[in-house]
Amino acid sequence: MSFAAAVFYVLALLAVVSALGMVLNVRNTIAGAMSLVVTMIALAGIYVVLDAHLVAVLQIMVYAGAILVLFLFVVMLLNLRSDEFSPSRSRLVKLAGVALGVWALGSFLALLPGALPKVVEIPADFGSYRQVGLSLYRTYDVAFEVTSFILLAAIVGAVVLAKRRLS
Amino acid sequence: MVIPLEHVIGLSAILFAIGTIGALTRRNLVVILMSIELMLNAVNLSFVAFARAWGDTLGHVFVLMVITVAAAEVAVGLGIVISLFRNRDSVNVEDVSLLRW
Amino acid sequence: MPIDVIIKVLFIILVCVAAFAPVITWVERKQSAVMQDRIGANRANIGGLTILGLFHPVADVLKLIGKEDFVPDGANRFLHALAPILAAIPAIIAFAVIPYGATYQFPGFEPTTLVGADLDWGLLYIFAIGSLATYGSVLAGWASNNNWSMLGSLRASAQMISYEVTMGLSVVGVFMVFQTLKLTDMAVAQDATFRLFGFLETFGVVQNLPGWLSWLQVPFWGVFVQPLGFVMFLTCIMAENKRPPFDLPEGESEIVAGYLVEYSGMRFGLFYMSEFIEVVVIAALLATVFFGGWSIPYLSKDSIIGGLTPMMGATLATALCMIAHVATFLLKVVILIWLQMQIRWTLPRFRYDQVMDLCWKIILPLSLVNIFVTGALILLVQGAK
Repeated sequence: MSFAAAVFYVLALLAVVSALGMVLNVRNTIAGAMSLVVTMIALAGIYVVLDAHLVAVLQIMVYAGAILVLFLFVVMLLNLRSDEFSPSRSRLVKLAGVALGVWALGSFLALLPGALPKVVEIPADFGSYRQVGLSLYRTYDVAFEVTSFILLAAIVGAVVLAKRRLS
Repeated sequence: MVIPLEHVIGLSAILFAIGTIGALTRRNLVVILMSIELMLNAVNLSFVAFARAWGDTLGHVFVLMVITVAAAEVAVGLGIVISLFRNRDSVNVEDVSLLRW
Repeated sequence: MPIDVIIKVLFIILVCVAAFAPVITWVERKQSAVMQDRIGANRANIGGLTILGLFHPVADVLKLIGKEDFVPDGANRFLHALAPILAAIPAIIAFAVIPYGATYQFPGFEPTTLVGADLDWGLLYIFAIGSLATYGSVLAGWASNNNWSMLGSLRASAQMISYEVTMGLSVVGVFMVFQTLKLTDMAVAQDATFRLFGFLETFGVVQNLPGWLSWLQVPFWGVFVQPLGFVMFLTCIMAENKRPPFDLPEGESEIVAGYLVEYSGMRFGLFYMSEFIEVVVIAALLATVFFGGWSIPYLSKDSIIGGLTPMMGATLATALCMIAHVATFLLKVVILIWLQMQIRWTLPRFRYDQVMDLCWKIILPLSLVNIFVTGALILLVQGAK
């Protein structure tokens, strides 16, 4: 197994464990958010192994560096300390839910081998900022402009929602 | 590609499943939003894996769109959570169930 | 792991981190003393020998190690211990992509570049690491279980996130001029000179630049091709590091050290050290992007090696050139550290609304104008050629 493959499996394990840590953590919301940060950084490492360098850097800059800081902000501002799982579900329903989930995931994973297309060779600087930039600004420029409108809508929406009522 | 494509898609499926469990079972609104972020990340991983498999940078461009939409959604979503907290003093989803039958 | 990578990493850790950071504490004391017309701290001695107070960093470290390491009541012990580590790690690993020397080809060996990791997207890596540095401040305030800490940490994170945006935008102009994000290539591109009045010839004002005007050459440094970008980047990156005049989050006289108030002993020492290591990172990054990195002005690497080889052979010439380049880089880092210290001890602290105004209302529009004007000039020059 090459070094890159070993790195991938270690990062994959780290990502899954931290994701479980975020979802199953009821006592401490901040620790859950930090687990999600670890998942994001592990995913960024996996993107580097998959030759997606620009996406990996943007994942750290935007997701781990800004979006999750925003989550931490809100948790700190609202002083959210702990949570509980809902006590009103019976044990049978919980067991049925877990069994259904495991069956669904297992059957999907069993369908995978042989169902996926073949892997092709890629050029040397695939996934570098030049290639993605050329693709973004030449072929998919309309999508790029539309995302700027989405961001504008988000900014206006966030400012309107966070303002206090003047009345 | 140094890893078989099935393993990467399998990892994406597992992360998506974990995110779905979080969004369905947790009661804290902020944790539900974080689980949705996890699901979006799992989908990003799928896109990147297929982009690598087919040598098409459309996968990376779409990941940029997904990251942008996720950032916008988090900003507005957390704004809603803050407004909700100001009015009801709780971010428990079972306290905002007025429209439920 | 190959031996040359180990040597490069050791150089970075031993020189840039371990040697510079304690010396900067001494520089801070002595430079402020000189600027304020006093003597500064000079009492720490070993055996009655005080060398201008150079033993004070040693005294500092001993004092910090000896203090009680407490965690406040009701605070999360794990997060309280994690926050200083999360503040220190991004400061140290940011050195990985900064080139402190060029690519040298010793006869009989492969060419080797004096950099930790020659990433294709080196500048983006630094921004990514800078955005991770927010977590140390955010967690420190929360984990202290203290109202004033939380206030300081909220201010710190808002300031750091805002200035990340403008930090990225103000350096886009440099990226457009040098056409690369690779820091080693940027340093190599700054190894050349350009004629100050060359634009007259490019735009067809004169046919051939007369000899006396064409003698006036300027090194192709980032600070000469992007002066506004340099000023904006310096402001933004000092705000990102929470150095004075942007140190409201850790305001020493207002909110009693802000988010650092419940930290003492070596935990505080780690925060303190990480701030000074970031001063060195800022100086090294400014030197690489705006001041030519390892390059000696007016003496390109090829001319040095070409000039010295007939006298003493290729190996010795390359070695001397390497030593000269590394020394030039360290000299530039020292000068830029001095500049940051000057700014720190001259300007009073900004108020919080002034900090936010400066970022969003002044620097952001200016950086967009900078990008626009740079793009227009590049298109004009390319069209004229």
